[in-house]
Amino acid sequence: MYRIVAKERLAYKHTLFTVEAPDIAAKARPGQFLIVVPKEGGERVPLSLCAYDQEAGTVSFAFHEVGRTTKELGTLQEGEGLFNVTGPLGNPSEVRRYGRVLCIGGGIMIAPALLQARALKEAGNEVITILACRSAEFLFKREEAERVSDRVLIASDDGTVGERGLDFLTDLLAKDRIDRCTVIGPVVMMKRVCELTRPFAVPTIVSLTPIMIDGMGMCGACRVTVGDRMLFGCVDGPEFDGHRTNFDELIKRQRSMLPEERLSSMLWEHKGGCACGRR
Amino acid sequence: MAGDEPSRRRNDRALDEDVPMPRQDPKERVKNFKEVALGYTEEMAVAEARRCLKCKSPQCQKGCPVEVPIPQFIDCIVQGRYEEGIALIKSKNALPAVCGRVCPQEQQCQMNCVRGKRGDPVNIGRLERFLADWEREHGVRVPERPAATGRRVAIIGAGPSGLTAASDLARLGHGVTLFEALHVAGGVLMYGIPEFRLPKEIVQREVEYVQSLGVDLRLGNVIGRIATIPELLEQGYDAVYIASGAGLPQWTGCPGENLGGIYSANEFLIRANLMKAYRFPETDTPLRIGKHVVVIGGGNVAMDCARISMRLGAKVCLNYRRSRNELPARREEIENAEEEGLTCNFLNAPAEFYGDEKGWVRAMRCTCMELTEPDERGRTGVRPIACSDFEMETDTVIVAIGQTPNPIIQRTTEGLRTNPRNGTIIVDEDGRTNLEGVFAGGDVATGAATVISAMGAGKRTARAIHEYLTTGPRGDRT
Ligand SMILES: Cc1cc2nc3c(=O)[nH]c(=O)nc-3n(C[C@H](O)[C@H](O)[C@H](O)COP(=O)(O)OP(=O)(O)OC[C@H]3O[C@@H](n4cnc5c(N)ncnc54)[C@H](O)[C@@H]3O)c2cc1C
Ligand code: FES
Repeated sequence: MYRIVAKERLAYKHTLFTVEAPDIAAKARPGQFLIVVPKEGGERVPLSLCAYDQEAGTVSFAFHEVGRTTKELGTLQEGEGLFNVTGPLGNPSEVRRYGRVLCIGGGIMIAPALLQARALKEAGNEVITILACRSAEFLFKREEAERVSDRVLIASDDGTVGERGLDFLTDLLAKDRIDRCTVIGPVVMMKRVCELTRPFAVPTIVSLTPIMIDGMGMCGACRVTVGDRMLFGCVDGPEFDGHRTNFDELIKRQRSMLPEERLSSMLWEHKGGCACGRR
Repeated sequence: MAGDEPSRRRNDRALDEDVPMPRQDPKERVKNFKEVALGYTEEMAVAEARRCLKCKSPQCQKGCPVEVPIPQFIDCIVQGRYEEGIALIKSKNALPAVCGRVCPQEQQCQMNCVRGKRGDPVNIGRLERFLADWEREHGVRVPERPAATGRRVAIIGAGPSGLTAASDLARLGHGVTLFEALHVAGGVLMYGIPEFRLPKEIVQREVEYVQSLGVDLRLGNVIGRIATIPELLEQGYDAVYIASGAGLPQWTGCPGENLGGIYSANEFLIRANLMKAYRFPETDTPLRIGKHVVVIGGGNVAMDCARISMRLGAKVCLNYRRSRNELPARREEIENAEEEGLTCNFLNAPAEFYGDEKGWVRAMRCTCMELTEPDERGRTGVRPIACSDFEMETDTVIVAIGQTPNPIIQRTTEGLRTNPRNGTIIVDEDGRTNLEGVFAGGDVATGAATVISAMGAGKRTARAIHEYLTTGPRGDRT
């Protein structure tokens, strides 16, 4: 059992858990992820690492309650336990002194992006953090972003807060020299950012979230095409060169089980979306 | 009983044939995931046991990689001393319920059986299963724990090899921690071999038995990530046994392989067996499967994928590069699969996969092959026939063309010697690697093999580790 020591509501259906996992906390680094199995017999859900505290022996992850398992996770409370948490998985981010870096987090992935921003800042970079959200009510952790970065910019899809969309990046990139850009968020957003940074030849690192099962190189569900190579998201990544990533293939692969995922989620809600059978 | 004289029994024609295994009817079983082979009743087991000739120098035992005292346990069945029989098996084999079901006995113990010269060999596997199942129903006895030696061993991977080594070392009084990457122990027994061949409940009972010996099982611990081997040694483990299996899928490399609906055998099996997707949406992990499944490959793994697909309602075609004679799967499994409706398509290899607008596979192109002279390892060669390509419609493809070891451990253990060709760890006959205190065995050292060979390696290595812990390293290692 991995006890939930804190549950934080970030925004509507956006939740952050901090769980006891001292062995994982001791090894975790920014850029890595966890696989969470909420209950015995449950699904294995890959979730990006948002924080770790070696002294307290805890790790944190955030999730958007969209599918059956994440909705069910959202019903758990502080003090309750998770059946299993595996990690840290994937390779840590390459954190060096690059100069001026852009660190972009979108949606629920704002939470792990801040872990990266902090690490980049500690490594001596000038960090410009961009928080991208659907609309104003989904913006969270702004103060934390201010604390760990030199500059914070906000963007929303509908313009209810900050810039509308990410197209302003073109001006930003034209004006300031940016040495590196890291993006973590929805695939379509990462793809867009890569299109915007490409003309300026800014190295752009994306943190991919393909479908995963084991997270350790056994199944190949997470395979992605980068350049002309087939790579595994879990063991070769999760971070890759965004300018060489085949996003269209990834988007199709991510959607390959969508009808089943919808069915599962619907059935769960139909049953009352309750937490029966949970321990 | 005068009629029980071995010489009389040897010549009794009526005893030439073995007692058949009751099975679920193919038409029925292809609709469910329940076990196909139902197991001997007590009468059947005794009748089969009585066919044993109690040879003075038993040949069967020589074929057993873990040295089970075969004629002795069979005699226990004849005498009705089941508890003693299972204790005899368990003195050598910690997982008899598993081995009785999935060992290729026809190539091992039963191949050597004297009865086999004229008729059917004694069905040793079914008798082993009978005793293991009998024990499960009548309560499992846990042997007493010996005094602790104070030595600690880390074992990586809770598949058959790791479980065997763990149980042997625990029974010698060593402190054993068993690290398993997945959230469930059992390795291939849980994620690979399907429920209808090996019920998962049975595997878990065997795992519990190993835990009851005092083994500390840590699930969800990927060695190489949560701790590396050098770190384990620093943390105070006196020896490490790597039994991490061969879990890395191989691909065809053909264009279109990343389309939706194309699975590695591992993904398909993990979803179906470990995550129980065959019960979706009652369970949480889905497995999308179409109407026309093509399985590429010809081994046991391919057969298992095919048989699962048929149970999920698909028409299944097996595409194999060579011909029927070269199929590496066990005969019994091929027969089972064909009875259930498998179509085999020999002498062709995939060339390209085509997708629909949503990125889902809709067809594939194959190239016809012809057999050539065997290569230096004695394997029949194949070569493509020019201009022989043909197309097949399909909506699900399962690539079951082999596995190699997962490289996470090899990459994070500096200096560990591996075979550059396939990533297996290089060991001596007792499982010693080139690193002090580090041992390896099972599929990670041999490449994908069998449950019993992995167990045999676990056993031999446990002995070598015990020797290492009690008398210190051997001087002559390179
Ligand atoms: C579908 C299928 C059907 C088969 N059918 C048969 C059959 O009928 N009869 C037969 O004899 N053999 C069969 N085999 C082969 C047999 O299962 C294997 O040879 C055997 O399981 C190998 O045992 P092992 O202990 O070496 O490895 P595995 O069973 O593969 O176990 C290795 C374990 O190590 C874990 N692991 C891997 N990396 C790490 C890490 N870094 N840290 C921690 N843990 C790790 C894995 O999760 C796994 O649980 C079959 C195999 C498959 C795939
Ligand atoms: S998640 Fe299975 S190989 Fe990456």
